Amino acid sequence: MLDPKFPDFETLGVHAGHHPDSDFGAREVPIYQTASYVFRDTEHAAGLFNLERQGHIYSRISNPTVAVLEERLAALEGGVGTVATASGMAALFLGIATLMGSGGHIVSSSSLYGGANNLLSVTLPRFGITADFVHPRDTDGFREAIRPETRLVFGETLGNPGLEIMDVPAVAEIAHRAGVPLMLDNTFATPYLFRPFDWGADLVYHSITKFIGGHGLAVGGALIDGGTFDWEKSGLFPTLAEPYPSYHGLRFTEEFGTQAFIVRARVEGLRDFGAPLGPQDAFYILQGTKTLALRMRRHVENARTVARFLQGREEVAWITYPELDGHPDRERAARLLPRGCGAIMAFGLKGGREAGRRFIERLRIFSHLANVGDARSLVIHPASTTHSTMSPAQLAAAGVGEDLVRLSIGLEDPGDLTDDLAAALRASQRK
Amino acid sequence: MKLTVDGAQADASTGGRPLDPESPLLVMVHGAALDKTIWQLQTRYFAHRGYSVLAVDLPGHGASGGDPLPSIGGYADWLIRVLDAAGCERAHLAGHSMGGLITLEAAARHPDRVRTLTLAGGAAAMPVHPALLEAAASDAPLAYRLMTSWGYGKRSHLGGHRTPGLWMTGAALRLWERAAPGLLWNDLRACDEYGDGPAAARAVRCPTLLITGSIDIMAPPAAAEPLREGLADWEETVIPGAGHIMMIEQPDPTLDAWADFLERRGGERPPPQGKGPGGE
Repeated sequence: MLDPKFPDFETLGVHAGHHPDSDFGAREVPIYQTASYVFRDTEHAAGLFNLERQGHIYSRISNPTVAVLEERLAALEGGVGTVATASGMAALFLGIATLMGSGGHIVSSSSLYGGANNLLSVTLPRFGITADFVHPRDTDGFREAIRPETRLVFGETLGNPGLEIMDVPAVAEIAHRAGVPLMLDNTFATPYLFRPFDWGADLVYHSITKFIGGHGLAVGGALIDGGTFDWEKSGLFPTLAEPYPSYHGLRFTEEFGTQAFIVRARVEGLRDFGAPLGPQDAFYILQGTKTLALRMRRHVENARTVARFLQGREEVAWITYPELDGHPDRERAARLLPRGCGAIMAFGLKGGREAGRRFIERLRIFSHLANVGDARSLVIHPASTTHSTMSPAQLAAAGVGEDLVRLSIGLEDPGDLTDDLAAALRASQRK
Repeated sequence: MKLTVDGAQADASTGGRPLDPESPLLVMVHGAALDKTIWQLQTRYFAHRGYSVLAVDLPGHGASGGDPLPSIGGYADWLIRVLDAAGCERAHLAGHSMGGLITLEAAARHPDRVRTLTLAGGAAAMPVHPALLEAAASDAPLAYRLMTSWGYGKRSHLGGHRTPGLWMTGAALRLWERAAPGLLWNDLRACDEYGDGPAAARAVRCPTLLITGSIDIMAPPAAAEPLREGLADWEETVIPGAGHIMMIEQPDPTLDAWADFLERRGGERPPPQGKGPGGE
């Protein structure tokens, strides 16, 4: 039987979006460190400005190096297009601002990165956009929280830092029945472990600073359109389906169809809000995409070793990693993330916050810093750092206790990691 | 824009400008189970350069109502009724793939209604691989994968598009996945059964442009040979390295060839319109 062979994930991670340059044959993606681009002639310039011709005008809106990364990420996620941004938070804001204005409402998972939580609960209400939060395991809660003015259902593939796994297909169906899209933050899983579009999500965003870059060299974000959501049929998205005063009454759905969202995100969002990714940072992150599959396999392998190690230690009061026995999402993890649940885990130490302090300060290989998804193993105490802007009630809802320590497991030798952890665990219990 | 044709709504993109009865009409017709957005990189260009543009959704496709039609001839006659509904006596026609067969047949049946004909990925006949027809009959995802795989040249399978951030094969798959059940099979069968291409070519009276992808495997350059033999007034632009969906794969060479042809052979047209905001 005929079955077309498209390039697979590993091949796309190395090649997608780029061919050797026609002038010099350079095999690596050139860093186009330029703010602007010379037009062929006045006709060409006018065509580019009016979206009649394709190409680059000004690097706030697009850049050839960044465009390679954007295509590659769309390919890896199985979407139709990407806009790369200065950070993951910029991508989240761009997604929201492209979908709604004042009066809009978001139904969000309560288990979110602290910055995302703050955007939804504190900052966006100043602009008239509000959110209600639902525990990611409370599937029916998403349905109940949707209102007539809801324009987005939103969550993280693997909740930060509690590693809860939302029933993505079920929540997607709830969102679609209400005529709104589901957007997922897929940073912790990466498309190697989970492709949200295959499970019903419509939009994805990433902090590409994390596993996709993998090196901790550059900050960046990406907003990816699955091309699956029918904005016109929904009737709730005038920004996409009705004439846009800019561009002479352009209707994005009429002209760009399955790419309506991502085209608008670029030509309005990057034009008006700014926050593009720079070419140098795109180049760094492109280096990460080449080894994403290899690295994620190693990240998962090491994370499993560390999770089992911690589970067997008497100093550890509790641990959450979705593949471990007793984790409430273990079955869902096996269904949705058969390649593994990533390399982030959270645990609590006997002795609470003070034991946590001693543990973190004794670690030698793990770095104490605010990031995840690095080649290096990392550790942090979320309640006092990444999630410190949240109220006690929000922390409780997000499952962030005072004793919670978050680990991001890197690519080092697993024995060295468990040795480092063992020494720190012993130190944590010394009075 | 919405027109009423045969009692059903016919949807079309006008490239961001309303139809102007004083401007020559340029009608674009998509291929099998696709829709008007396949022309997204061309509609705005012509609409802002003196043409009234109608990139139509065929019946039962995209946002058009009605049922898909079972034959190329049926679609061709429907297209002429679109001209009637738009109040246009003579139009420039352009078709891609199956849309090429439709516009070829329309130009042959109604030569007095057609100013010029542009065939992108055109052929005199489009026999369909039995495995593809079989997959399309059951709306199997395989059918959409085959269309996407064969539609784009191998180079494009790794991307590298002029439009920043656009992933071509993903976008094509999504477009076909949106098609109504049975639509791809209906259209492919209509292509497969169409045998009037050589006769139609001989009946065409208007200037014709063939835009051919050098590595097109769905309508290979050789498949247009009966057109070259039959057409009285034709010219051809071969786009190196392009597959079957050259309007997306290589939008600039496609647009340049098409605009140059209309400039030289399309007759009078008004001056270009104003431009929009953007950029720096």
